[in-house]
Amino acid sequence: MTSSVPVGATSAPGSPLDWSEPLVPGEVVLDERVAPNASWSAVVRAGHVLTIVDVGGNQSGDCLIYNAADTEERYSVPDTLAWQGNAYVRTGTVLRSNLGNPLMTVVGNEIDRQDTIGGACSKESNTLRYGHHVMFHHGCRENFLSEGQKHGLGLRDLVSNLNWFMNVPVEADGALGIVDGMSAPGKRVAVRPDTDVLVLVSNCPQMNNPCNDFNPTPLRMIVVRP
Amino acid sequence: MTDSVLNARADARARGGQTSDWMPYLPASSSPYRPAGSEALTWAETVAPGGYTHKVLARGTRIRFDDPTGDACAHVIVYNALEPVERLNVADTVKIPWQAYLGAGHPLLSGDGRVLATIVEDTSGHHDAFCGTSTEAWNQQKYGDARPEGPSPAGRSLFVKAAAKHGLTPRDLPPSVSFFQGIQVDADGTFVWQGSAGEGTSVELLAELPLLILVANVPHPLDPRPEYAAGPLRVHAWRTAPTGPDDDRFHATPEAHRAYLNTIDYAEARGL
Repeated sequence: MTSSVPVGATSAPGSPLDWSEPLVPGEVVLDERVAPNASWSAVVRAGHVLTIVDVGGNQSGDCLIYNAADTEERYSVPDTLAWQGNAYVRTGTVLRSNLGNPLMTVVGNEIDRQDTIGGACSKESNTLRYGHHVMFHHGCRENFLSEGQKHGLGLRDLVSNLNWFMNVPVEADGALGIVDGMSAPGKRVAVRPDTDVLVLVSNCPQMNNPCNDFNPTPLRMIVVRP
Repeated sequence: MTDSVLNARADARARGGQTSDWMPYLPASSSPYRPAGSEALTWAETVAPGGYTHKVLARGTRIRFDDPTGDACAHVIVYNALEPVERLNVADTVKIPWQAYLGAGHPLLSGDGRVLATIVEDTSGHHDAFCGTSTEAWNQQKYGDARPEGPSPAGRSLFVKAAAKHGLTPRDLPPSVSFFQGIQVDADGTFVWQGSAGEGTSVELLAELPLLILVANVPHPLDPRPEYAAGPLRVHAWRTAPTGPDDDRFHATPEAHRAYLNTIDYAEARGL
């Protein structure tokens, strides 16, 4: 089909891809591929384990989590960070809700640290960061709105998020920013729900910073029953 | 004597005209703590330890927080009062200026690419955009009590009530920022408690759009003191002008410049 719609970039031809496999063994109950620039959601049951595979390497997977039984309870960056007393997400990090309750726990992680400070990109914030000429670009906030509405969620429900495989250091003087990633094709993170959760993911389409190595690649989402 | 309506009325009326350590001052110009250099006041209040306040403010309002004892901690959420779905976005607030630590000149950004308020003065420098405010779960494990009406209310409980008074629900409470009690991030990400810069510091915000502001004055979640250590918070506001091309901060960085352009574009289109 021919179209004049500027849908943005996608993987460079020949980009190395490693689809990998679940980080935690078990019976596979869901195994889906998320195309570059696309969104994804699923309810993941307590006790199951979700593996997210960074298939092409350094591909940010922006992620929001809700209590599946009551989406008013949702992932909270400040609660997650304050309870653990640390700004980064690593193996053992308990992903907490706005009530302070555990939603998911990071049970496996193949990169140094995961980000939850950098937030999601958006058409609107892109104008601040890069200029109004990129207003037409796709963004994670667009994906969260499209995917969230399938579950009755809207703008009021979008809060600060996780960014799997994205690298956001905080330097001694407080300087902070998205820099080159520490991941590689096939690297994984595994998260285990502490209660039934709704997980929203935006496969980040940003083409103005290194959050996806300037080369949007797929993600693989695998849920197992250990 | 309150045994009849007339006596009860007399008893009630005899209570008027008194003062307390924490109260709004009306008219605002009657504040006993009027900040030097302020214009005609539109809001004056002392918020109790463990208390909260909230206000809808005109575009261009300057809001001053004073920490007279060094034990205040002002947890703040701001919204576009005209469309409260536009609200503080803490991630954008630290990411877009490339700076995690709040201070003078730092914009408080919404998720819509606009500046809701700018930090225009700051004599404290001890603030936090990482840890948010306390929850009932946190205060229960830290203080053994988190009842909103009790001696150690959680910041979130106060935000829930403040938001409700503007028709908003818990869905409308994003992560907040806090002033007067600081944390720093060390090389491995660990939060290092910095605490207060001492008594007598102040922070001033400038409303860049019509603003709904919610304020909870509760201990920072990482305050290491075992007691519920909180002091009074003074709030004063007066009308000035929003940031414009004549202000240095309008041009200070390319990101802030475009953020102010977006904000003014919205305001002008709405006829503000």
